[in-house]
Amino acid sequence: MSELRKVNIDGVEYEMPGHLTLMQACETAGAEIPRFCYHERLSVAGNCRMCLVEWEGAPKPMASCAMSLNDLRPNRDGSPANIRTNSATVKKAREGVMEFLLINHPLDCPICDQGGECDLQDQALGYGRSETRFEEDKRAVEEKNMGPLVKTNMTRCIQCTRCVRFISEVAGVEELGLINRGEGAEITTYLQANLTSELSGNVIDLCPVGALTSRPYAYNARSWELRKTESIDVMDAVGSAIRVDARGAEVMRILPRLNEDINEEWISDKTRFVWDGLKRQRLDKPFIRENGRLRGASWNEALMVIAERLKGDPSRIGAIAGDLADIESVKALKDLMESLGVRSMDCRQDGAAIGGQAREGYLFNSGIAGIDEADAILLIGVNPRVDAPIINARIRKAWLENNAEIGLIGAAVELTYPYTNLGNQPADLNELTSKRNPFVRAMAKAKKPMIIIGMDALTRTDGAQILRAAGLLAAKWKLVREDWNGFNVLHNAAGRVGALDVGFLPRQDGLNTRQMLDAAKKNDLDTLFLLGADEIELSEIDDTFVIYQGSHGDAGAHRADVILPGVAYTEKSTTYANTEGRWQQTRAAVGPKGEAKEDWKILRALSDNLGRVLPYDDIAALRASITAPKTSKFDPAKLGKAGKITNTALAPNPNSFWFSNPIARASETMSRCASSQSAQLEAAE
Amino acid sequence: MTLADKDRIFTNLYGREDWRLPAAKKRGNWNGTGDFLNLGPEWIVEQIKASGLRGRGGAGFPTGLKWSFMPKEVGARPHYLVVNADESEPGTCKDRDMMRHDPHLLIEGCLIAAFAMRAHTAYIYLRGEYVFELARVQAAIDEAYEAGLIGKNACGSGWDFDLFVHHGAGAYICGEETALLESLEGKKGQPRLKPPFPANAGLYGCPTTVNNVESIAVTGTILRRGAGWFSSFGRPGNVGTKVYCISGHVNNPCNVEEAMSIPLKELIETHAGGVRGGWENLKAVIPGGSSVPCLPRDICDTVLMDFDALRDHKSGLGTAGVIVMDQSTDMVQAITRLAYFYKHESCGQCTPCREGTGWMWRVLTRMCEGRAEMSEIDLLLDVSTQIEGHTICALGDAAAWPVQGLIRHFRHEIEAKITNYRVGKAVHQVAAE
Repeated sequence: MSELRKVNIDGVEYEMPGHLTLMQACETAGAEIPRFCYHERLSVAGNCRMCLVEWEGAPKPMASCAMSLNDLRPNRDGSPANIRTNSATVKKAREGVMEFLLINHPLDCPICDQGGECDLQDQALGYGRSETRFEEDKRAVEEKNMGPLVKTNMTRCIQCTRCVRFISEVAGVEELGLINRGEGAEITTYLQANLTSELSGNVIDLCPVGALTSRPYAYNARSWELRKTESIDVMDAVGSAIRVDARGAEVMRILPRLNEDINEEWISDKTRFVWDGLKRQRLDKPFIRENGRLRGASWNEALMVIAERLKGDPSRIGAIAGDLADIESVKALKDLMESLGVRSMDCRQDGAAIGGQAREGYLFNSGIAGIDEADAILLIGVNPRVDAPIINARIRKAWLENNAEIGLIGAAVELTYPYTNLGNQPADLNELTSKRNPFVRAMAKAKKPMIIIGMDALTRTDGAQILRAAGLLAAKWKLVREDWNGFNVLHNAAGRVGALDVGFLPRQDGLNTRQMLDAAKKNDLDTLFLLGADEIELSEIDDTFVIYQGSHGDAGAHRADVILPGVAYTEKSTTYANTEGRWQQTRAAVGPKGEAKEDWKILRALSDNLGRVLPYDDIAALRASITAPKTSKFDPAKLGKAGKITNTALAPNPNSFWFSNPIARASETMSRCASSQSAQLEAAE
Repeated sequence: MTLADKDRIFTNLYGREDWRLPAAKKRGNWNGTGDFLNLGPEWIVEQIKASGLRGRGGAGFPTGLKWSFMPKEVGARPHYLVVNADESEPGTCKDRDMMRHDPHLLIEGCLIAAFAMRAHTAYIYLRGEYVFELARVQAAIDEAYEAGLIGKNACGSGWDFDLFVHHGAGAYICGEETALLESLEGKKGQPRLKPPFPANAGLYGCPTTVNNVESIAVTGTILRRGAGWFSSFGRPGNVGTKVYCISGHVNNPCNVEEAMSIPLKELIETHAGGVRGGWENLKAVIPGGSSVPCLPRDICDTVLMDFDALRDHKSGLGTAGVIVMDQSTDMVQAITRLAYFYKHESCGQCTPCREGTGWMWRVLTRMCEGRAEMSEIDLLLDVSTQIEGHTICALGDAAAWPVQGLIRHFRHEIEAKITNYRVGKAVHQVAAE
């Protein structure tokens, strides 16, 4: 913190920290300062000139975003400098800038998607003149291609360069720029290539005018007719805060909400644009397979068929919870299975070697905000750009602001910050002892060192051994201390931590996912209950009776013998735990599709049919039955299992970023992203 | 009273003698440079302060004071001297001739100034169009290295000094000091926000001073002949000698070194052979390069050529690029052409200049033909004041001032055009006075 400075703002004397900008000081004093180019999370450009204030005695007004109180000199008589935000000079300056911004801005507000939430509209109302004096022809600028997500209307651009600064500073790719000069200045990507950042959609929010808008949302709705519901994202395990905007029964768009501890105010493109996947491939009524074909059925019929199958030998029944399953439905399924005596259940459809040990062993313990403090980070078998773009942006921030050293064990991938590739063999972890290795030295002397281990490592057959090696390193570098826990597991499934927290794991002698699937192939399993589990290999299962409960007609439903239609995350108010172990609640923005029901209710109804009634009649009672996960004294050296790490290189997750879950796979926008990305890669080659 | 030949600094301004090192040394260049360095940086800065030298690039900021803003100790970051040779102001061509014919004065000045500011490295940022000058300055630098005048242990002073020439790409805005630094760093030439000023965070974020070619090139001679000699010319606060560039409707357009505060009329009549068709035929003069407001004849009769006198007449000395216009000149058209220049050269970074320069040019273009309303003259003036003082750099001011000068002194010409157009008369004809 800097020293306090005295300043006189609009006639009142204040004492404020000297590092504050004039804009911050004026806002603290309650004066509103209009701005276009300034944004808290981006570098200061000072180019829109809207935030000019008057410093009495200075020859010209000052850009308040770019000057700090420390830059001010007191008046000649020693009294604090006088800043005016409401003088005639300031009014004229604002009117002038506003007029200049509007002379070449088209009057297409009635058809502009930014209409109603446009900074230019709002500030023109507050600070502009009531009529135009500009008689010349207006400038027109050609549209620019930026890919399938960001639609451009560059005639509307006011050259504030927020988008350029976001893409190069936060997203970390040099893909946007301001070319030409003077009136001819234009924002474009290099040769109009697509933006490749997974965070590119945020430029739509940043754009203060309608120059960059959402292509999938184009001309779909007006912002004021949308019903806004605050919720939580499930596209990855970050748990970004989102706002779901709906009209009638349809989700129209998804926007980020502020959460400093998680996503700041960014969301990934998958989070933002997946909403069209909520409208396609939906399971809207129960189905039963008869003679190899699925036919629609009533709820009662479907539940009866299932109840009959579940009454069989519990040792020949298994249940797998998928990546999008919420805590309530997993708990209900677990209770139901336990009441039947079923021992084979698993929430790790990818076979990750986590769970069953200390809770910290599967959490992102430092917290996402903790990355900001880290000064050395070792990534193990993880591509944060794909698994969690928001976390990738945080790591970039740690590199930018803390000069954090970053090392990677895994396939050499393109990240948005420089890193040391320490090898792509997990066994290379055991080599990280040599003091001659500069990265090892950086880890050893770092104040807040951090390991981030991902699913590329943990889902291998030797995942438990890799986890052990990572845990031993964490112990050696003292990552877990009183005030800091730098041992982090980065999940890519939104429901995983929650399911682990309620203990949806094989009971004694029960089978895990891999064993269940093997047993099913050998016809050693009679019935398999899939709660939204689609990312498993089902094609070789012949005789096992498969029950699929979920929202989308994906791999699981394709193989199922009975389908129970559940709801998607925008249609239910349920709980998810993110990779940090933070429990957060979604909120239903729209109702269920067709005859679909909330997942826990389906399971509750099924328990009724089985005569083993689950002891809760509403979600509050269900939640009350969930015990808070236990924390224990955490020793990273005890994680995993001893054993040999096999000699195969870490392979990156074969699933595309755009197709990681059934909702994303149903989305046309995600398909367009994937195909345009591969087309661009081919063209580059 | 004209400046005596013995008091000229740029003794080879017209290239009548050889520019190479031996000839330059005969003219006194590099004489005793090493001895000045031995007297220490503070002494040099004091001398320059005492000489009253004001920056020759246009703003007229006291050079010695500017140098004294540099940190006194070299910290973790090295110091840099950057010489602004991006001479792009229309009507100005003094630096060009200095670099062509007296390059060693500049190189010597670079060493002195860099030493005074504890910089081991200096860059000369040369205008993109100055291809010939690039070769000439580079050749002179090579000679100076060869002779041990710069490089390791420059002039035997124990000070290491390296000098590089960087060739720009021809953008006017790169003559603005912070845009110049951006360009020198390899980025797009767009002015930076100030503060921080270059003396704190300049080239590559290090303490940097940017000086005009002329400000640097005169320092050797000032040290040799003494601060008192230099300050004996001109009026208090506006001292020294200055190279004026006289162009336009004069019989003998030229660059000439003269004392500061010489009357404009004397300057033109003595050195430029007078106005074409006699002084009576004069209509207006732009006294300091295209960006300062023009002055009508009645002011030109008496005005002195220095910073303060011209400022009092709401114009400026600028680069001392004197553009003379006689009665045949269509003032509206002349200023419209300048407005086009500023529209073309605006970097586009900040709003008032990007949008305002084009607006002014478009209104002026219509006014040239008389296709405008009388009320638009005030609108134009208002637009120019909306640009002035609201931009990141001074280009906004530079674009606004010529238009303001036009309206201040030649409003009647615009009005005549509008009236003539309305009544169907030929508009290019200027109303008789």
